[in-house]
Order: sequence, then C-alpha cells, then structure tokens
Amino acid sequence: MPPIISISHLSKTYGSGLKALNDVSLDIDRGEIFALLGPNGAGKTTLISIICGIANPSAGQVLVDGHDNVADYRAARSMIGLVPQELHTDAFETVWATVSYSRGLFGKKANPAYIEKVLRDLSLWDRKDSRIITLSGGMKRRVMIAKALSHEPQILFLDEPTAGVDVELRKGMWEVVRALRATGVTIILTTHYIEEAEEMADRIGVINKGEIILVEQKAALMQKLGKKQLKLHLLGTVEAIPPQLADYNLALSEGGSQLIYTYDSKAERTGITGLLAALREAGIRFHDLDTTQSSLEDIFVSLVRA
Amino acid sequence: MNHRAVRAIYLFEMARTWRTLLQSVVSPVLSTSLYFVVFGAAIGSRITQIEGVSYGTFIVPGLIMLSILTQSVSNASFGIYFPKFSGTIYELLSAPVSFFEAVLGYVGAAASKSIILGLIILATAWLFVPLHVMHPFWMLTFLVLTAVTFSLFGFIIGVWAGNFEQLQVIPLLVIAPLTFLGGSFYSINMLPEAWQTVALFNPVVYLISGFRWSFYEISDVSLGASLGITLGFLAICMATVWWIFKTGYRLKN
Repeated sequence: MPPIISISHLSKTYGSGLKALNDVSLDIDRGEIFALLGPNGAGKTTLISIICGIANPSAGQVLVDGHDNVADYRAARSMIGLVPQELHTDAFETVWATVSYSRGLFGKKANPAYIEKVLRDLSLWDRKDSRIITLSGGMKRRVMIAKALSHEPQILFLDEPTAGVDVELRKGMWEVVRALRATGVTIILTTHYIEEAEEMADRIGVINKGEIILVEQKAALMQKLGKKQLKLHLLGTVEAIPPQLADYNLALSEGGSQLIYTYDSKAERTGITGLLAALREAGIRFHDLDTTQSSLEDIFVSLVRA
Repeated sequence: MNHRAVRAIYLFEMARTWRTLLQSVVSPVLSTSLYFVVFGAAIGSRITQIEGVSYGTFIVPGLIMLSILTQSVSNASFGIYFPKFSGTIYELLSAPVSFFEAVLGYVGAAASKSIILGLIILATAWLFVPLHVMHPFWMLTFLVLTAVTFSLFGFIIGVWAGNFEQLQVIPLLVIAPLTFLGGSFYSINMLPEAWQTVALFNPVVYLISGFRWSFYEISDVSLGASLGITLGFLAICMATVWWIFKTGYRLKN
C-alpha cells in the first residue's frame, strides 16, 4: 500500500538564513501512529507547517495520498487535521461555534450530530455554549483537537498535543488518539514526552538539526538500540572491579555498593551465568538484583548527542 | 469553489459585528449623527446654500462616505490582523481555501458591514435634514464599490501590519486626512485655485464627488472620472491581494 504522506528532499531556509530542514525524505504509512522526536529547534514544527500548507518549502515535494500539497492543495489539505503546538483559539467564540466554523472552512456540510459526537468524545459537550476564554488550558487543548477533527480528517497532526496538560488528561488524550487510529486515521505526533511516544507510536522518527537521523519501528528500535542492565546490590562495597571480571562489561555505582552489568538481551549468550560464577570466585556477594531495559528516552538522548 | 468556506468566514466575521454591536454599529452612527447636529444644524444654519443645496443636506453624502471609508478599512484590517495576532490564521492557511475564497469571505463581510452602516446613516440623516436621492442606482453603485475597494485596502493593511500601532497608522494618518480634505464638508470649488489642483490628486475627492452627484447631480469632477478612479483603485487593491496570497507575504513563513 502506498504511503499516505510521502516527503521527498524537503528543505526549508528562512529569510534569516536559518536552515530549518535539510533534504528531508520520509514516508508515513497509512493508519499508523508516527512519533516525530527531536530537541527544540530540530525542525519538527517547520516540517508539519510545510506539510499542512502553513509554510512554503524552499525545495522538495510533499504528496498527501498522491496529491501534491502545493499544486493540488485542496485535495491534500482536505485530508489533514492539525492541532498546533500553541493554544491558538478564538477567545470570544463559543466552543460549538468555533468547531462548526472549522468544519465549514474545510468545505464540509454542516453536521450537528457529528460535531456533538466529537465534543462528547472529548468531554466538551457540557461546555459547548461556553466562550473559549472561560475554559481551562486543558479544555482549550481539547477544543483545538475538536476543531482539527471537525472535518473528519484521514490524517491528524498533533504538535506537542499534551504540552502543559496534567497526567490524567494526557492519558485521556491518548485514549482519544488510540480510538482515532482504530477508525483508520493516520496520526503524526511530535512530543517532548518520550513516554508518550513509547506508549503510543508504531514508528519513531528522530529529527535533529533539520535532518531525519533515524526512522524505525518502535519495537525494532527498542530492540536494536535498547540495552539491558543487570544491577547487583552488593553486600558491602568494592573499590574497583577485580581483574578477573575485566572481560565483563561492568561498572560500579552508588559508591561501590552497586555493580552494573550491561548486556544484549537478544544475544545467544548473555554472560549472566558466567558473571555470577566469576563473582562467587572473586568473593563478591550480593543481597539483591534487578534488571532494567533502556527507555526510548535513553535511546533518543544517545542519538541526538551522537 | 469552496463556497462553504466562504460562507463560514463571512458568517464568522458578521457574528463578530453582532457581538460587538455598540462598537461596530451604534458608535459610528452616533458619531455621524453628531456631525449632522454640529455641522448641519448648528453651524450649517449660518452657511448659505451650496449649488442650490442647503449645507446640512450637502454634507450627507460626504459624511456617509467618511463612515464607509473608515469602517471598511477598520473592519477588514482587523478581520485579518486579529487571526494573525492570535495565531488562529494557521487554520485558514491549512484549510482547502483559495486566496479568492478567503478574500471573498473577509472582504465580503467587511464591505457588508460598511454598506449596512452607510444605509443606517442615510436613514438617520433623513431625521435631521431634507434629503432626496436623484440616482439611486449610482448611489448604491458608489456605496458598494467604495465599501468593497476600501475593505480590500483594509485587508492589505491588516496583512501588512505587524502590530496594533501599524494597524491604526494608515487609517488615522492617511485615510482620515484624505477624507476630511476630500470634500466631505465642502465642495473643492470653494478652495483657492491652487488648492483645487492639489485636491484633484486626492482619490477620495472622486469618490465623494461621484457619490454626491448620485444624490443632487452636483459634483466636483465628472461621473466618468469618479467611476474610473474608483475602479482603478479597486484593480490596484485586487492585484495587491492576489500578490499577497501568491507569495504568502506576511502570512506564510
């Protein structure tokens, strides 16, 4: 199946000379949740802005379901809903009016029943007649999502959707996103919350300094780059790793009271059995142990710093 | 043509007018009524007739034009500037809406408000001075043309403005002086000859002259010149708006 979004050799240089994107090529698969990670100023929002038609590219092409987003902008934009990073809302309009306005802007016939469903799904129905200025930050964020969903898009861009949102609300939004994906909507989200990407995404893309440095299935990425660590809580402390344990990838921490062994969990031989025997021979005893797997955040930090 | 988008923008903008009725309609009507009272009744009663028309009656077309020009520019510039200021412009730019459709919605709403306002002021004028419109067709033509043209001009100012001060600069420092010096309160024939020549470089003279002609068949310049200048300014504004959307000037990064 062809990708729903195909980005080819996209570059963007602002008038100030800042090169925000440099020859970015990326395909987004139909129906997936794609998380775009990157530090501040990496080019995430610029990339989204160009795809959605808010910014002009300096070079390159974006196809949305085969439609060029410049030459055939009507077909391309009709498919996209955008929730921007900032809370841009009409302060004095009611929730109902602003969401209905968004639907009209996208050329869709008025459908009060659908708008009601969207507002109910986002727990906004009770506030449909409230002016937006009277809503809390979390509610405004949901209004932005309702506006983006008002025209029944097949692709939804969520630019930092849960920034400044409390944990409970964030989890509620994840549920909404999952429900949307279940209906076939392709979702592209940028986030600073690595746990969000880890929780939600099918695929992860990492962008840094305007370049895509990695695109991978989340599970494969975790497997490929994820390290597993065995932590041994020692009885007493050791000052240095004994020479007979030099073959093992060991590190001391917590003032010598903890020994950390890093290994590849997918390898045929992890070396754990041998390590434990070697420890016994060296007279190092421990009272507890646990294992941890590196998180997506660890992977992200190591990629961006590389 | 995304006619639903045009309708959505138009109704959204009109809704703002009804929400701010005091500021949008009542205030300009009251201000213009004060002009009628002060210039028409109080001072006007001591001024002789101008080309066979009493002074109070003479200034009616000029006062309507004064409101139309300032309100058209103000409504349209604010209509597009505010989404830029608040950031909600992202929605318009990411929607399947052509520049023509966006302009039709914004300028259509701004012009509609001005026309409604002009007609209310005209009705109000009837309360203060004896009035007759000899050429209703031309009166409406000039009313609509001026409202549309200056709404387009206001749209351009709204796109260009980078802050609220810039938004006010053109209406206050350009439009208002040109309107006051454009024959709202006098015929340019009453000016010294040299100033009559200078006045002919003021485009507002042609608008007011044509509009006044449609009421009383008295004018400072010919009907053809009035119509030509108005259409010429309209064409310049349309070309500028087309260029703005083609290049994304101050709208897109």
